[in-house]
Amino acid sequence: MNTKIVIVDYGAGNLRSVVNAVRSLGHEPHLTADPAEITSAAAVILPGVGEGSAAMTELTRLGLAEALQERGKRNLPLLGVCLGLQVLMGTTEEGGDVPCLNIVPGLVRKLPENHKIPHMGWNQVKQLRSHTIFEGIPDNAYFYFVHSYYADPQDKTAVIGATDYGEQFCSVLAQGSVIATQFHPEKSGETGLRLYGNFLRLALGGRTC
Amino acid sequence: MLTRRIIPCLDVKDGRVVKGTSFLNLRDAGDPVELADFYYKGGADELVFLDITATPEGRDTTAEMVERISEKLFMPLTVGGGLRSIEDIQKLLRAGADKVSLNTAAVKNPQLISEGAARFGSQCIVVAIDARRRENEAGWSVYVKSGQTLTELDAIEWAKKAAELGAGEILLTSMDADGHCCGYDIELTRRISKEVNIPVIASGGAGSLEDLYAALDEGGADAVLAASIFHYGKHSVAEVKDYLKQRGIPIRP
Repeated sequence: MNTKIVIVDYGAGNLRSVVNAVRSLGHEPHLTADPAEITSAAAVILPGVGEGSAAMTELTRLGLAEALQERGKRNLPLLGVCLGLQVLMGTTEEGGDVPCLNIVPGLVRKLPENHKIPHMGWNQVKQLRSHTIFEGIPDNAYFYFVHSYYADPQDKTAVIGATDYGEQFCSVLAQGSVIATQFHPEKSGETGLRLYGNFLRLALGGRTC
Repeated sequence: MLTRRIIPCLDVKDGRVVKGTSFLNLRDAGDPVELADFYYKGGADELVFLDITATPEGRDTTAEMVERISEKLFMPLTVGGGLRSIEDIQKLLRAGADKVSLNTAAVKNPQLISEGAARFGSQCIVVAIDARRRENEAGWSVYVKSGQTLTELDAIEWAKKAAELGAGEILLTSMDADGHCCGYDIELTRRISKEVNIPVIASGGAGSLEDLYAALDEGGADAVLAASIFHYGKHSVAEVKDYLKQRGIPIRP
């Protein structure tokens, strides 16, 4: 059985935390920038901090954009985290209307200016519907956020978790086996680790939603 | 609702916590890894490590220590003290720090803020400002080199400049209050929180629960950092959180 867990290594941020989170759950992840490995893995985690357009440039340059899009098309388990959520969308405003992976159609917009930016700290996630990814996690649980942009998917049913900061935005997204969080589960204590655990069970157990 | 953050701070030298602690239940109170775990399990929202190591050899120890800490610390970790270059920043981020705090080097070379933000993202560039009220009471001056050297900079102007250059957060220490445990400089905290549109962490001077409340409420800080109040066992993170919650401050349970 394919149990390979891959973390996409495209030079975007603190991969070590994600590795540590997966390890703490008893799995050994592989860091890779190899498109073939990304297409074939049982579970792929796409992390990321930093700037949206720069991330897209790197993903394209390394040939990873196509591999990720292929996973999206085939509905293979993929977890985007923070910037890894935003690049799944159609276009980002960050860096001036830059095309993204378009696995989930929609826009990435700047947070409203009436609050401090970045939105940084622990905030709550309202669960808009039940989902495997939320198993064992109470409604309105706290997660650690740090971001200035948010995703606005065309298909509102893809928004399964929402958070309030000036306005309500999509903090958890699910489209088939493609799941993504705007917060950092690897920085969100035991609740965050549980979310990673849920994703891995979903991916390795072969269940889809 | 976004909650305000409670951030314990550890002063670390050559890989050891140097400020005295009174956690008698800990096997080794000087081990940063053990203390980090203690605060993580105790409900802290983030952790700051201030590296006061003087030698380059000691700095390697710090990076190794950050690596060990981050293995089990699933909350944000900021490391500051003595960082001078993009390479220094990268080394600590690679070791597992989520953010780095720049102080003297940012004053000397403000480009370090913009270059760091461009390369690693604003979210991981914290600018630490050590400020002291001027003798004539007209505003606050910025000090560098662990508060030993007065600069020409005005604290409020420098905070604005740092934010413009791409800092993601300001760690504001009032030197008048620091270590005296008689309250944060509320006026300074309020002025800077108002002037910049990035989060401000108030630091220096927390002696009581009321002090922490004042910095968050009246001072408008997004987070409070404290060392002595936690290290000397006066209050636990849980006690602080309970108190602030009772007084109406949004706090993560």
